[in-house]
Amino acid sequence: MTATGANPTIVLVGHGMVGQRFLEALAERGLTATHRVVVLCEEPRPAYDRVALTSYFSGKTPEDLSMTDMEFIKDHGIELYIGDPAETIDREAKKVTARSGLVVDYDVLVLATGSYPFVPPVPNKDAQGCFVYRTIEDLLAIEEYAKTKATTGAVVGGGLLGLEAAGALKGLGVEAHIVEFAPRLMPVQVDEGGGAALLRTIEDMGLSVHTGVGTQEIVVDESGAVTGMKLSDGSELATDMVVFSAGVRPRDQLARDCGLTVGERGGISVDEQCRTVSDPHVFAIGECALAADGRVYGLVAPGYEQAETAAATIAADEAAFTGADLSTKLKLLGVDVASFGDAHGATEDCLDVIYSDSRAGLYKKLVIGRDGTLLGGILVGDAEAYGTLKAFTGSVPPVSPESLVLPAGAGAPAQLGPSALPDEAIICSCNNVTKGTIRGAVTDHQCTTVPEVKKCTKAGTTCGSCVKVLGQLINAELEASGVEVDKGLCGCFSQTREELYEIVLALRINTYQDLLDRYGRENARGGDGCEICKPAVGSIIASLAPTIGASGYVLDGEQAALQDSNDHFLANLQKNGSYSVVPRIPGGEVTPEGLIVIGEIARDFGLYTKITGGQRIDMFGARVEQLPLIWARLVDAGFESGHAYGKALRTVKSCVGQTWCRYGVQDSVRMAIDLELRYRGLRSPHKLKSAVSGCQRECAEAQSKDFGVIATANGWNLYVGGNGGATPRHADLLAQDLSDAELIRLIDRFLMFYIRTADRLERTSTWLERIPGGLDHVRDVVVEDSLGICEELESLMAAHVANYRDEWAETINDPEKLSRFVSFVNAPDTPDPVVGFVPERDQIKPDLPLLSIGMRPTEDVLEGTAQR
Amino acid sequence: MTLAPETTDLKVQLKLADDWFTVCDLHQLVPGRGVAALLPDGRQVALFRDRRGELYAIDNRDPFGGAAVLSRGLTGTHQGRPFVASPLLKQRFDLRSGQCLDDETVLITTYEVRTA
Ligand code: SRM
Ligand SMILES: Cc1cc2nc3c(=O)[nH]c(=O)nc-3n(C[C@H](O)[C@H](O)[C@H](O)COP(=O)(O)OP(=O)(O)OC[C@H]3O[C@@H](n4cnc5c(N)ncnc54)[C@H](O)[C@@H]3O)c2cc1C
Ligand code: SF4
Ligand code: FES
Repeated sequence: MTATGANPTIVLVGHGMVGQRFLEALAERGLTATHRVVVLCEEPRPAYDRVALTSYFSGKTPEDLSMTDMEFIKDHGIELYIGDPAETIDREAKKVTARSGLVVDYDVLVLATGSYPFVPPVPNKDAQGCFVYRTIEDLLAIEEYAKTKATTGAVVGGGLLGLEAAGALKGLGVEAHIVEFAPRLMPVQVDEGGGAALLRTIEDMGLSVHTGVGTQEIVVDESGAVTGMKLSDGSELATDMVVFSAGVRPRDQLARDCGLTVGERGGISVDEQCRTVSDPHVFAIGECALAADGRVYGLVAPGYEQAETAAATIAADEAAFTGADLSTKLKLLGVDVASFGDAHGATEDCLDVIYSDSRAGLYKKLVIGRDGTLLGGILVGDAEAYGTLKAFTGSVPPVSPESLVLPAGAGAPAQLGPSALPDEAIICSCNNVTKGTIRGAVTDHQCTTVPEVKKCTKAGTTCGSCVKVLGQLINAELEASGVEVDKGLCGCFSQTREELYEIVLALRINTYQDLLDRYGRENARGGDGCEICKPAVGSIIASLAPTIGASGYVLDGEQAALQDSNDHFLANLQKNGSYSVVPRIPGGEVTPEGLIVIGEIARDFGLYTKITGGQRIDMFGARVEQLPLIWARLVDAGFESGHAYGKALRTVKSCVGQTWCRYGVQDSVRMAIDLELRYRGLRSPHKLKSAVSGCQRECAEAQSKDFGVIATANGWNLYVGGNGGATPRHADLLAQDLSDAELIRLIDRFLMFYIRTADRLERTSTWLERIPGGLDHVRDVVVEDSLGICEELESLMAAHVANYRDEWAETINDPEKLSRFVSFVNAPDTPDPVVGFVPERDQIKPDLPLLSIGMRPTEDVLEGTAQR
Repeated sequence: MTLAPETTDLKVQLKLADDWFTVCDLHQLVPGRGVAALLPDGRQVALFRDRRGELYAIDNRDPFGGAAVLSRGLTGTHQGRPFVASPLLKQRFDLRSGQCLDDETVLITTYEVRTA
């Protein structure tokens, strides 16, 4: 029965996501060794991650999206013909003919041709400026058009893909409209309430949504380019481009042409083995197939299952695809949307439990059966519970359903851990992995981390929505089996940061290698450490430098190798490989001359300038070799490093205070400057921020700082442990009505105690909440001196203050250090060509490299930051 | 404490096709840190040296972020495998094989490197 030569031939038509998974399944079953495998791929590139298509607009390159390892193709002897689609199939002769004229005889033919985007038959639908959203080529065309010809864009279709497309348009700087025929967004996945919550959030993002209206005609100008759209309610929407995203249709033309049975609404009819019902030698999988349960699945997970089924069947193993779950969890434009099970409540007699807060854009609905069985649900705005809820679907959850959707704080929210789940519960639906299998990975295969379990079970490797539950399960399993959860800093040290600090201070250890070789874990000694402990120990050494006899200059000797990448270049790395420069402006006070110098430097080097949230000026877009030139001029004008790159003191903000303000009761600017100059350069577990306000009106926002000072008629109040950022915390009052000297002494002690006892990357706010005894304990130690260490804390700070030197001044005066500030060691005068910029609002912004698809049109690329 | 062994005159070379391409003096590589080098065809290589003096060379481009910055990452050893962590989003890459330790589907080019 062999067609050519010795081995039977499998021909795969279509190299999309499902096609690639099919090839992997063939290889896993050893079929690539026993068969000749030929793949006809229509697109100009091998299989890529279509699900993640939109991430191209957040910087992923087509290369990053690729799912095809060419080594894999080569190693398994797969013949892959790129850009050569199948044109005809002769089932009688069992031959496929490709566009290039290539004819392949097959023994088994597998169709994985996917779908095509459906474009409604409206007049001018093919006009210039009309697009679809399916392939990388579509995206490139949309990007090109949006950049050169469009300021407004409309997306036809408010489903999953339509929203993604609209988000992409918005990201390209185009004002985006969504036109949806149904009365709500995402009509397939969510119900009316969910649609309302979604609508609100999406409109808040600046997208215009038109629901309940259809597109009747595309309006074009004389040149044939889109200028607008006529809608079914008689109105007209002005737009420069249109992206059709009104659903997909199975690509079954090839199958129709060769007489294979297709469904009434399209899709190649197959049985439970994914074999076409008309021809036992032909299979169909993925979005082009009409499965045995009468459905065409438009999601990747069922497609993968079909791929496995077809491969198993070809290998004469038993397998069947009888249908799949349509649960989805997506992050659309930053909004969580999930639906699972019987989301629309189609089951007879079922009841809904709904929690909705449209102000917060939240909507949660559970569908419950008469006997309390969880049947399905919809979550919009917060899909935290998706993993757990989905796994409980089909069973009666151990707590009341209301408590599963109520927000924390309302009533008694149930923290239903995954440990309550039965072993058969599916945790990863993309890869069909049960809780039992995951537990097995931990107990039988000694996996202890999420990456290990991913590798072992494939769970969590596709859409990633189950990873959180995965982590919880692994920890629960480890704890249950009595494994002590390691509190050590990292894989190299079993001590905490605090313990390492004590060791370094007590034994005066002043190199990292010495510490690692003497106190590291057995297998880490003599090694190179890791990216966690090197900067942490580097910071401890820097904080204690004068006391333990280390150099106070962070680029000296071994210390240079320990610093985080930013500290190593004394600047902050930006997304395109350029750097930002932040000179210190103590207390936010700056002279006109100072401003002029900064302005001149930024102008001469073509830098983007911005006032930061910390009362100073950031200059972005410097290449590494420009840093010393820029700093030479800044140092010359009396500026110092602002340590924007370091886990160190950042800024001490001030309000204008008593000097000018009619309410001020103390000189807050002077105090802010004093504090900033005192603690500048102090390396700490995390960054340190401060502020001083001249009265209780608090214009400097001191209570949101690690240490904040507010003036009173009698002196200063000191607040500690404040934080902005992701988890804001108001600072706590540590002491009142302090004199200048008392204030400074207390801050000295407080900071040194924090540096001594905090974990790596632990801000004062989290530290204060974590340490036993909390604020009271800290007050006992630093105000009452309950541990008798205050003298030592003060002298450690005094040593820091006395030894402070500006590290940029030091660097520009050291030729050996300067030689490191080049893009290339072998071409010190050549700038990194990957660092590019494009103009925006009269300044520059980074241009991300689009490697494999070539450079952007040259007219809008500025040549670096050349002096212009 | 001196970390650099006596290395004054040694050159670091990369294997390109069948020729050895001289990049820089060995002493320009600080143990535990990297440098970037430009190849004649415009590609960029990140070169590293560990504390034992072992040399490694990989492609300089971070495949996740797109910028050519891997030479500026922190190095270390993970289960005996030398690695560099990207300074952008911290993914780690095996310096010998180019394998990303945090995403097994990602592999970057490595180069043979020697001193002469
Ligand atoms: C430039 C600036 C934004 C601006 O344009 O205004 C900024 C920029 C960055 N911030 Fe910020 N933050 C800036 C003020 C703030 C503020 C406001 C303030 O300081 O008054 C906050 C909230 C206050 C606070 O920290 O408590 C702030 C909270 C954060 C956080 C969250 C910290 C937290 O505890 O949750 C991070 C992330 C981190 O540190 O882990 C962060 C991290 C960053 C990083 C370092 C992110 C990064 O790694 O690239 C950015 C570096 C920019 C650069 O390359 O220079 N930035 N950041 C501000 C610089 C102030 C300065 O002059 O030094
Ligand atoms: C923007 C976007 C976001 C998505 N998000 C999600 C998501 O979050 N979750 C989810 O589950 N799914 C999502 N999907 C759907 C998912 O991408 C598809 O379900 C999946 O790609 C289907 O795989 P497939 O191999 O069947 O089809 P495809 O990936 O479309 O592959 C079919 C391939 O066959 C080729 N082909 C067609 N005819 C021929 C021929 N005659 N000869 C040779 N080759 C041919 C096509 O060019 C194509 O490359 C998304 C889709 C898009 C477009
Ligand atoms: S905090 Fe008080 S002193 Fe400072 S500016 Fe505001 S009102 Fe004036
Ligand atoms: S559910 Fe998608 S990866 Fe697990």
